[in-house]
Amino acid sequence: MNMTSDISAPATPLPATTVASRSNPVHARPAIELQDASVIFGKGDQAVTALTPTTLKMERGDFLALVGPSGCGKSTILRLASNLIQPSSGNVLLGGREAAAKELRIGMAFQNPTMLPWRSIEKNVMLPLKIVEPFKRTFQRDRKGAYRDRVHALLEQVGLKDFAGHFPWQLSGGMLQRANLCRALIHDPDLLLLDEPFGALDQFTREELWQVLQDLYLDRQPTVLLVTHDLREAGFLARRICVMSARPGRVISDRAVTMPQPRDISVIYSPDFVEMTQGLRELIAQIRK
Amino acid sequence: MTETNKIRSMSFSLILGFFLMWEVLCIMLNVSDLILPRPSEIAVTLWTRFPVLWPHILQTLYSTLTGFSLGVIIGVSIGVLIGTSRVAYGVAYPLLVGFSSIPKVAVVPIFVLWFGSGTTPAILTAMVICVFPIVVNISTGLATTEPDLEDVLKTLGASKSEILWNVGLPRTMPYFFASLKVAITLSFVGAVLSETVASNRGIGNVMMTASSNFQVSLVFAGLIVLALMGVALYAFFSFLESRVTGWATRGNDIAVT
Repeated sequence: MNMTSDISAPATPLPATTVASRSNPVHARPAIELQDASVIFGKGDQAVTALTPTTLKMERGDFLALVGPSGCGKSTILRLASNLIQPSSGNVLLGGREAAAKELRIGMAFQNPTMLPWRSIEKNVMLPLKIVEPFKRTFQRDRKGAYRDRVHALLEQVGLKDFAGHFPWQLSGGMLQRANLCRALIHDPDLLLLDEPFGALDQFTREELWQVLQDLYLDRQPTVLLVTHDLREAGFLARRICVMSARPGRVISDRAVTMPQPRDISVIYSPDFVEMTQGLRELIAQIRK
Repeated sequence: MTETNKIRSMSFSLILGFFLMWEVLCIMLNVSDLILPRPSEIAVTLWTRFPVLWPHILQTLYSTLTGFSLGVIIGVSIGVLIGTSRVAYGVAYPLLVGFSSIPKVAVVPIFVLWFGSGTTPAILTAMVICVFPIVVNISTGLATTEPDLEDVLKTLGASKSEILWNVGLPRTMPYFFASLKVAITLSFVGAVLSETVASNRGIGNVMMTASSNFQVSLVFAGLIVLALMGVALYAFFSFLESRVTGWATRGNDIAVT
């Protein structure tokens, strides 16, 4: 079955958005490409389909938000892209090659900040530099010099300058997510994968971090795949929004968000924005039935 | 802080009170010093016989620490091996439980049979007795590591050994040190036990010999020495634990701020 946007057009045309063009490859090799990728957990009678064959393509430098009801396979797509799980059928290509080939550098942040409790914030953020090539080659030499400065510069950018030496349990949830974003970005990933990173935060902290993330994105231009259930978050941050159907999941709507970036937080109260999120909401309400 | 001091002074008073009560009861009930010597008599014996006791103290300490060190090396190796592989965990666990449920007194005669009496069986007993708690704690610590923490490194393309070094082992440290405190005490028991049965050196042997010569106050002096050594060893590893795994006991005065 074809998974493009024409299956389920929004009830009313949305003025601020256009349907994403699929036949205009600006870059020769897309950052992420799912080719009829499906995921089935377990075997025989116990088998659970987490994702029906899905095709999805993301150009480099794009910011795509995946939204949909819970359990629809959003996180499954993210785990496919991060090579944490393998597709049961079909292919997952990163930068035009098999995910296992590590063609792209990946940074990932989950809803749970997953800071290692025995490391200070600075050392937590520095962790990718210890693991990822080519940084790990000079880790022993640079960890107290260049890498340290690099970590401090990034921490300063998200307002955590004074907390580098603190331990995770000394920080609030919002601060931990800032540090989490830093850790996901410190090694300049080509691909940033975010799994509901702000889901556990209060509204004010969340909006603050949207802006932090937007600044980091515009500054570094990685390819971002954001899984979220917050439609305003998707609309504020993304350049493209894909809606997934309830389990087993597949992409049923794919649209661009054309508002220029950087966007101000007040944009979420503008009529165009409200109309767009309203449209998405109705679409998701329909698929939940 | 004042609360802690209060508790400390109370527990000191309790210890002092215990010995005082012992002394007083012995005098009041006119207990023979061949049955139960008074603490003051034991203290005098300890003081006068200390030059004789000293080499035995060192001997016991040597057996305990050597056996304990071997036990830690073996315990950590087995623990890491079966903690990182679910298959190895399932396969090896029944055998380990079998070994651990053997009363360790029962293996002393076997060690004596193989290696003769002396230091070797004491070291081996100290080793055997402390392996199991270390294995259990290391493997449990590794096996219960949160998958989220491992995923963070997996997405970065970390190898298995990198995940073990950066997540598994640090995360297991609190378990490891908790087991060390138990293990050092057990090792000590094992060494003394073996000395009592088959050795001509060590505190265990001193107590055995003194007992057959009716030097009752020397037996009790040995007991006091053992108690003090046990407490000292426990305290040392307790201190080490608080230094290394301070992050796991947040909010204590040892935590870095």
